[in-house]
Formats: sequence, structure tokens, C-alpha cells
Amino acid sequence: MQISITLNGRKITEDVTPKLLLIDWLRAHGCYSVKRGCETSNCGLCTVFMEDKPVLSCSVLAVRADGKRIETLEGLKEEAEEFGAFIAGQGAEQCGFCNPGMIMNAIALFRENPEPTEEEIKEYLAGNLCRCSGYEGQLRGIQEFLSYKKGGGAQ
Amino acid sequence: MLKIKEYVKAESLAQAYELNQKQANRIIGGMLWMKMGNVKIHTAIDLSGLGLDTVEEREDEFVIGCMVTLRQLEVDDRLATLGSGILRESVKNIVGVQFRNLATVGGSLAGRFGFSDVLTALLALDTEVELYRGGRIPLAKFAAEGAGSDILVRVFVKKDDRRCVYLSHRNTKTDFPVLTIAVSSGKNGIKVAAGARPQRAILVTEDESLKEICAPDIYNGRAGKEAIEIYAAQLASKIPTGSNMRASAAYRSHLAGVLIRRGLTALNESGKEERGMKDAD
Repeated sequence: MQISITLNGRKITEDVTPKLLLIDWLRAHGCYSVKRGCETSNCGLCTVFMEDKPVLSCSVLAVRADGKRIETLEGLKEEAEEFGAFIAGQGAEQCGFCNPGMIMNAIALFRENPEPTEEEIKEYLAGNLCRCSGYEGQLRGIQEFLSYKKGGGAQ
Repeated sequence: MLKIKEYVKAESLAQAYELNQKQANRIIGGMLWMKMGNVKIHTAIDLSGLGLDTVEEREDEFVIGCMVTLRQLEVDDRLATLGSGILRESVKNIVGVQFRNLATVGGSLAGRFGFSDVLTALLALDTEVELYRGGRIPLAKFAAEGAGSDILVRVFVKKDDRRCVYLSHRNTKTDFPVLTIAVSSGKNGIKVAAGARPQRAILVTEDESLKEICAPDIYNGRAGKEAIEIYAAQLASKIPTGSNMRASAAYRSHLAGVLIRRGLTALNESGKEERGMKDAD
């Protein structure tokens, strides 16, 4: 069936099969930041924004995204790079496979709650799994980024 | 793997109902649990175009559409005080925000999943569901019988005086619960909903002998530690438990006693606080 999705600001109209998942549609359109980590709707690696809300693209039919706006990490380059530098600065990750999903969900958190407490950060990001680390580096990176933003973006 | 041959975004409940009469067709809800299984679906029926994704507040009840997401339950300010904020408490440990932005209330209830936090919490409130053909029925009846080929359209939660506490035990954060307990205390006594036993949630109430004494005491914050112990043990003994890979029946029964005791203690404390505030007035 025919669907129209606005992907990172660009409207794409095409035919898809009913069972196609959004993650596979996105990867077919070059969004390789969107990854499949678990197959059990649990890891958060496939996080994208659908109408500004973070969702698991592995669990959404592409046909259900018809008429909607989808944003992936590729479309949030500046925001992602600015924040990502703080995660890298902490050497938080080892393999980096979970990074795009975590950055997407962290950006969703900052948009929803610009000054989260440590507990709120942990709660919001609980659905983003990292199998290399113990999340401590990421937490430090997030807190450092937040105080940098609070200070008006100057280091 | 989930296989879907056709997809229909229903234009009316009548159309969805008609499609749903065929066994090979399924209403897909948020599709999260359905996707885990090895399911072959002829026509996937999507209810997301019917405006059933809103929460409406009426004078005496909340009306929750079946396509309202778990995240909506969590962040809707109007629901924050319902049953002492039990809905937010019950969903916050379910996987992650991204998952809860997709999973629906209707899907959680219609699936009648053993592990459902949502079913446990709503059972502790005065909840009814509306079926397209079957009309309004109490949630406990629905949980026992299911929808068959009918459609769960809306959920109605009465506003009343009850205070609630939601507790779950998980082996690890964001995992399925090993046991879920929702305790409510109101003028009509104490109710305990227990889920993930591992079977689907059920509602248990106290014996008449204790109802007269303990329930009002807890509601008013006058119950002693010992009375709460006795009360919790009695309620826990009414909850049948089973074993699975997550925990044994004996462990679950032990947990039931502990969680109910904690729940009753918290309700007793909030009763004390409320009394304190009234005395101060």
C-alpha cells in the first residue's frame, strides 16, 4: 500500500508491504543510525522520533507511520553532535553500538525536561541498554552537558 | 515472527468489529507483545484513526480511550491524583519511554496478560470497560472472560475517595514483574489486586471479620503494626501463585505478604497524614 512519510524534513511517498517494520524502511532509506539490537522491543537502539515522540521503530509498522513526521539521528546532526561530544569526552562507551539510540532518547528527555534530576535521567533512559558499560560514564556526560547548557553553552 | 498479509486502518468501529469476526484477523493495539510471537495475521486491524487516543475527565469519572498509550497515563496531569497516582506508578517500570509511547491501554487489557501492571492497577480502582457490542462491564468480569471477538473501546475509572499504593517486584529494572500488587483503601474497605502470579491479575478482599475493624483503621491511619501484619497475611493467603522461570510459587507467596504489608503500611501512613491535616484545620 502507498504511504507518505516526512523523513528528516523530506517527504517520501512509496509503496510498502503491510508487514514492513519502520526500522527496515528507515534503513532502506539510508538511516543506518537506526539499529536492531534485541528483537524483543527492549534495547532502545532503534529509537526515532515519530511526531516528536521517541518510539521503538522496530515495533511500528511502516504503514502506521503514514502521514507522520519521522526524525532519526541523521536529521538531528547539530544537536546530536553537541551532546555526543560530552559522552565521548567521558569515554563513556566502548563499542558505541547503543550510542545513536541513547542520544535520541537523551535529546527527547532534554526537550521534555531541560533540567532533569539524576533520578529523572535514569528513569527516562532506563529503556536504553548498553552492554559494555555500567552507564556511569553516560550519566557523567549527561550531567556535564546539562551544566554546560545551564551556563549558556559556554565552557 | 509476526506475519501480516493485509492492513486496514478502520474507519469506524462497525468496520473494525466486522473484520474482527474472522479468526485470522486481529486488532493490533500497540502491537508490542503481538510482535514477539510467531503470529500469522490475515488482516491487521488498526484502531488508531478513530479518535480513541484521548483521556476525558467527567464529573465523576475518567474516560480513557483504548488507544491511549501507557505514556499518556503516566504524564497526564489530570490522572496524577487518581488513586494517589497509581497509574503512573504502575507503568513507569515498563521497559522504557519509547516502548510506553507505543503500548496502549486497550492492548494491555484486551490481551489479559499475566504480567500486566496496567491490569493490576486498574483492578484496584473502580474500573469498567466498554465493549463495542457488550456495553459497559466491570473490569474484573472482563479480565476473567475476555473480549472474544468484541472490541474493547474505552475504559471508565470512577473518581472516589480511595487511596492506592502500587508495588511490583522485578528481578531487574524494566523487566517483567515477578509479582504485582495494588492495594486500595476506601470507605468500602480494602482491595488488593495481584498480578504476575504468574497468572493474570485477580482481586481479593478481606474477610468480614477483619473488614469491620482493620479497614477503617487503615483508612484513618489508626492501625498498629501488628494488626497490619495479620491483615496482610490474611490477604496474601488468598492469592494463588504458581512457578515459572522467574520465580517459584513459594517465593511469590512470600513476596505477596511482604508487598501487601508495605502497601497497607503506606496507606496507614497516608491516613495518618490526612487526619493530621484535618486536625490542624
